[in-house]
Amino acid sequence: MSIVAGVLLGTLAETTPLLYTALGETVAQRSGVINVGLEGILLTSAFTASLATYHIGNPYIGVGIGLLTGIVFALLFGFFALVLHADQVVTGVVFNLFALGITGTLYRFLFALHDKSLITAQLPLLHHTVTILTPLSLPAVVFVWWWLYSTRSGLELRACGEQPLAADAAGISVRKTRAVALIFDGAMAGIAGAFLSVADSNTFVPNMSAGKGFIALAIVTAGRWNPIGCLVASLLFGFTNSLQFQAQTLGFDTLYRHMAATLHLTVFLHRLNLDHFPYQLFLALPYVVTMLILFGSSRSTRAPAALGRPYRKE
Amino acid sequence: MSLAKRLPAKPTPLYPLMRFLGIAFLYIIGFLILLVATFAVFGVAPNKALFALQQGALGGGPISPAYAISETLVRATPLLLTGLSIVVAWQTGMFSIGGDGQLLMGALTATVLAQLQHVVNPNLLIFLMLVCGTLVGALWGAIAGWLRVKRNVQEVISTIMLNYIALYLVGAAVVGPLQESSHSNPESNLLPDKLLFAHILPPSWSGGITTRLHSGVLLAFLAVPIVWLYLYRTLQGFQLRIVGQNPEAARAAGISVNQTRVRAMAISGALCGLAGVIQLLGTSERLSANFSPGWGYTAIPVALVGGLHPIGTLLSALFFGALEAGSVNAEQTLQVPASLIAIVQAAAVLAIIGVNAWRQRYPTELKD
Repeated sequence: MSIVAGVLLGTLAETTPLLYTALGETVAQRSGVINVGLEGILLTSAFTASLATYHIGNPYIGVGIGLLTGIVFALLFGFFALVLHADQVVTGVVFNLFALGITGTLYRFLFALHDKSLITAQLPLLHHTVTILTPLSLPAVVFVWWWLYSTRSGLELRACGEQPLAADAAGISVRKTRAVALIFDGAMAGIAGAFLSVADSNTFVPNMSAGKGFIALAIVTAGRWNPIGCLVASLLFGFTNSLQFQAQTLGFDTLYRHMAATLHLTVFLHRLNLDHFPYQLFLALPYVVTMLILFGSSRSTRAPAALGRPYRKE
Repeated sequence: MSLAKRLPAKPTPLYPLMRFLGIAFLYIIGFLILLVATFAVFGVAPNKALFALQQGALGGGPISPAYAISETLVRATPLLLTGLSIVVAWQTGMFSIGGDGQLLMGALTATVLAQLQHVVNPNLLIFLMLVCGTLVGALWGAIAGWLRVKRNVQEVISTIMLNYIALYLVGAAVVGPLQESSHSNPESNLLPDKLLFAHILPPSWSGGITTRLHSGVLLAFLAVPIVWLYLYRTLQGFQLRIVGQNPEAARAAGISVNQTRVRAMAISGALCGLAGVIQLLGTSERLSANFSPGWGYTAIPVALVGGLHPIGTLLSALFFGALEAGSVNAEQTLQVPASLIAIVQAAAVLAIIGVNAWRQRYPTELKD
């Protein structure tokens, strides 16, 4: 396999879960709900998808169970955010801690303690490492675009995120609209979680989401709360994440050292223990780019006005 | 509510305290029930597990009290400082979750300065590390505050990104310029003893075992009265809280809302930066790629359980520290995974969030 193909396949594998999660979160944030608990949904649904596949043997059912887990989780979040009007950021952060604890404990009690390994069937590979979930993410982008901008319910949803009071006055149930958005958010994150454990790999590892839920939040922002923007930003993050695995084979390191030699910096860099390019700087790059996008963006492409604000019906 | 109704109807000076103790008591009972139930579900004998928790946190059995309590205090320290940082930011209405990044930047700065160990007097260098680590933490927080007021970027999102940038900067540093001498592990050299905080308990107190209690813990506890005085006894602190409660009213009263928000984020970042330096010089003794196990995130439940008040946060940090020390002991002696206690912790905090939100939604006549 050529290096370019390796990077491309790596990019697809890294992008897919980010894209699903970010699309769901875009819808939720457009309706005015910020769900910081994505990381927890990814982790929990990765675990349940893996567990279901382990017991039933069919990875498609695993993906379905992952999706359902995401919905259950989102409904639980919705109970706190929409019924109790608890602070959304707080609830999300604590949900993450809860998910980390419960998946770690269950994995340990069900498998690690009995020296059993959670190796399961995997979704069939269409081409090398690509499964059906990757191409399916493109219609998902189109669907979200169509939903948000071409349907009445999409218009109502965006109204709830910008002017909940006006939306309410126009006879839209803000709570119901936001609940639907959250269910979609949970389902998408559930698919992404299942992707991690039954499509991208064939096992569950504690804390396997490794911050992808937070990256998705960054993607939603970098993509300016817009599904096409999400696609572009997911590809950017997926590409840089995939580069770290390929940095050596790509000859990037050779280039780095060549440049250092041309600039007569080899000795200096050697003294700093920087003979090789620290790939962590690659990983930081998309975050820096997102910060720059945020910094440079005008106020016309800002966050939904009512993002994170509970709406209380008087 | 029946408990609250029996209390004096007219608020006496003791009323808030009684009320607080009553609620805290109910929460602790609830927490213990939840803990026992979870142990039972996972087939761990609850009495044994509770004993192990208590021995790890407070001493007893083979563990000397001095050792156990010092573990509790050491583990409470980063949670206390990051928790106070959350208190300052959230009281100003800034929902920062950037504690981890600010803490890492503080520790990174201190490690960079530690390279001057052969040039600068050690005591001066420790002082410099504390000051510069705090300042860089403050800068990291202020960036998020500045983005909020100038560019209307939600601080929730910018702090997450600043967390990752800090994480990868530390990651690059510990495989690059700051890597240990053998160049094999992603960590820095152990700091020399002259740069570390002194261990303050004599080993004879704990049966000859050196406890990890260090002088930095005292520094962290000193932050509690300072933050309290700042928030409740200075004009700036008053402005901070007004901005948090009602930015429109604050603006009408002539308070510069933007300046106050940036200031709050800077103070919040400073506390986390300080936490990073103290953790580095007192406990970790070296910077590594996984320096923080997520203190900046755990700080949020700590501050919430503490009612977003400095004194409450002190108590809750001690409680979380005790729980952590206890669960480490339970893991070692009974193979009860520490994540089991993390579940109970998170569930308890969720319950508190739910109850508080419920009470705000349906205020009783007793709500103050």
